[in-house]
Amino acid sequence: MKTLYDKIWESHIVHAEAGKPDLIYIDLHLIHEVTTPQAFEGLRLKNRKVRRPDLTFGTLDHAIPTINRNLPFNDKIAEKQVEALRKNCAEFGVKLFDLDRIEQGIIHVFAPEQGLTQPGQTIVCGDSHTSTHGAFGALAFGIGTSEVEHVLATQTLPQRKSKNMLVKVLGELNFGVTAKDVILAIINEIGTDGATGYVIEYAGQAIENLSMEGRMTVCNMSIEAGARAGLIAPDEKTFEYLREKPFAPKSDDWKKAVENWQTLKTDKDAKFDKTVEIDAAEIAPFVTWGTSPGMSVKVSAKIPDFADAKDENERKSFERAFEYMDLQPAQKIEEIEINRAFIGSCTNSRIEDLREAAKVIKGYKISENVSAMIVPGSMQIKKQAEEEGLAQIFVDAGFEWRDAGCSMCLAMNEDILKDGERCASTSNRNFEGRQGRGGRTHLVSPSMAAAAAIAGHFVDVRNWKFNE
Amino acid sequence: MKNFTKHRGLVAPLYQANIDTDQIIPKQFLKSIERTGFGQFLFYDWRFNADGMPKADFVLNLPKYKNASVLLAGKNFGCGSSREHAPWSLEDFGFRVVIASAFADIFYNNCFKVGILPVILEEEKVAELVSRAEEIENYQLTVDLENCKINDSNGFETTFNVDDFRRHCLLNGLDDIGLTLQHEEKITKFEENRPAWSF
Ligand code: SF4
Repeated sequence: MKTLYDKIWESHIVHAEAGKPDLIYIDLHLIHEVTTPQAFEGLRLKNRKVRRPDLTFGTLDHAIPTINRNLPFNDKIAEKQVEALRKNCAEFGVKLFDLDRIEQGIIHVFAPEQGLTQPGQTIVCGDSHTSTHGAFGALAFGIGTSEVEHVLATQTLPQRKSKNMLVKVLGELNFGVTAKDVILAIINEIGTDGATGYVIEYAGQAIENLSMEGRMTVCNMSIEAGARAGLIAPDEKTFEYLREKPFAPKSDDWKKAVENWQTLKTDKDAKFDKTVEIDAAEIAPFVTWGTSPGMSVKVSAKIPDFADAKDENERKSFERAFEYMDLQPAQKIEEIEINRAFIGSCTNSRIEDLREAAKVIKGYKISENVSAMIVPGSMQIKKQAEEEGLAQIFVDAGFEWRDAGCSMCLAMNEDILKDGERCASTSNRNFEGRQGRGGRTHLVSPSMAAAAAIAGHFVDVRNWKFNE
Repeated sequence: MKNFTKHRGLVAPLYQANIDTDQIIPKQFLKSIERTGFGQFLFYDWRFNADGMPKADFVLNLPKYKNASVLLAGKNFGCGSSREHAPWSLEDFGFRVVIASAFADIFYNNCFKVGILPVILEEEKVAELVSRAEEIENYQLTVDLENCKINDSNGFETTFNVDDFRRHCLLNGLDDIGLTLQHEEKITKFEENRPAWSF
């Protein structure tokens, strides 16, 4: 009796030896500009080649500007890094989806959209949010630059298997509650190291009901719970999403592939090392108040008080977070005013996220105290949102409408919070300084970010007055 | 890969939970295409004010901990981004050992590639070491990977666990790409049997 994770793992073992990690084969290696230059340099120094350039795909996302792309970069160091990836891809024969391509986007948005991400694969990338691809029933995890070099040279990685964890979200989600709230609720429940050493499989009716976009949002933030990876068993929705995608199998191959993918399920009596059950009906829109993704509460609630701290260490971390975030203990979430809003990142920048935001925004203007931007996950999504009329809704409301990239998720480019600014953000990390030194980040869903941008403070989107 | 056998050095306590890689090295320093030179940016926003002047009260700026090479940290150290720049910056700054009750997965892996030894000890032991590092002048620890032992000169002694294979590789500074390439035939064989529909 095996879990989905066991099955994918076992089918990728190249070599196993007692006392040593298994050597596993990697089906898809995704690369971007920030975590690869030193890896290619390592290859060069040892006179090594990229073993499977045909299984390696690159795009530019982390450090690139999201406006004025026709001009030279203002940031010359970032430009040099981008140039390095171009040069490395050309030299080693790796396909790069450059800034002039409609496919270009955040690596974890780009690959599924192109049909590169497929059920049953092993996928790695020098980026922790590689867990996103688990939404397709692929084993996908982030690696460091030395491991990137290892995969480039050998198309394999020595790895110890993680433990199995099952997170079941039972029942149906209420109106206004999204995939983002599901994963924030899970992290809140199990803690930011609650899944360290595990691969999580998400299951239950609420997960099955999610769209592929929603499933990607959930798997994306597995890393914020400490997990090695997150997985969801593929089903008809998965196959429907993949059908006709540029890199998806075609005709006869498609049939064979789907037949195989249908077997990718956890066996009925398979054992998990840990199981967590969550009642979907209990989940509400969540807002983080602190500097770690587990520091979150329901929008209708108050942020904690010192008395809520479990122990002295937690009390200290509350104190630090209150100070950094400039919040008072037991303050009401809906009273927190914002001056920036960011809708984007590999967590929430897909077409469905933009549709969700547009529903809230339609017919409104953003608060005069707020400046807000929407950064689509790929240029293809940008085009689609323009065709669907979403972009017009955003622009009419006063949002900036940008080109695709990571943007203010990590603020490596010029999209950055100023010291003391407070942002409602659909990204995945609220660490100190993540969106800019001294910047204060509150993680929320796209509809919650949109509503906050309009109201100027957090509001419960379940009570929103939608304009049809 | 740099090897690690035994190290004795000054201990600095940075005892907070969930120290993430964005704190260890902020993103604006990830644009370099080199592998070295990151030490000057370690804990940048904590070490320096916005004007670039050192923050006098930050632990690693205290004269007492100058040249520390063993870092004590709270649980879930290294969470967040996969950036190997984090252990690169620790190593370049002079750290050879990080001790915590739990590490984030990717960071933990990355340390071994860089020649830093991450040691997992029970929380009470980490707390004990923290108070010693705060109270005792020039507090030093000896970390012995060969025997998986840590001790000071004041009666503290403990053992720690580390995966045998990782220990072996780190002790000998082995190039693991070289090790993997010994199985090249098996890799080729595996490739021949991959499903036909994969690109
Ligand atoms: S959007 Fe943010 S989290 Fe996602 S890959 Fe880019 S920087 Fe990383």
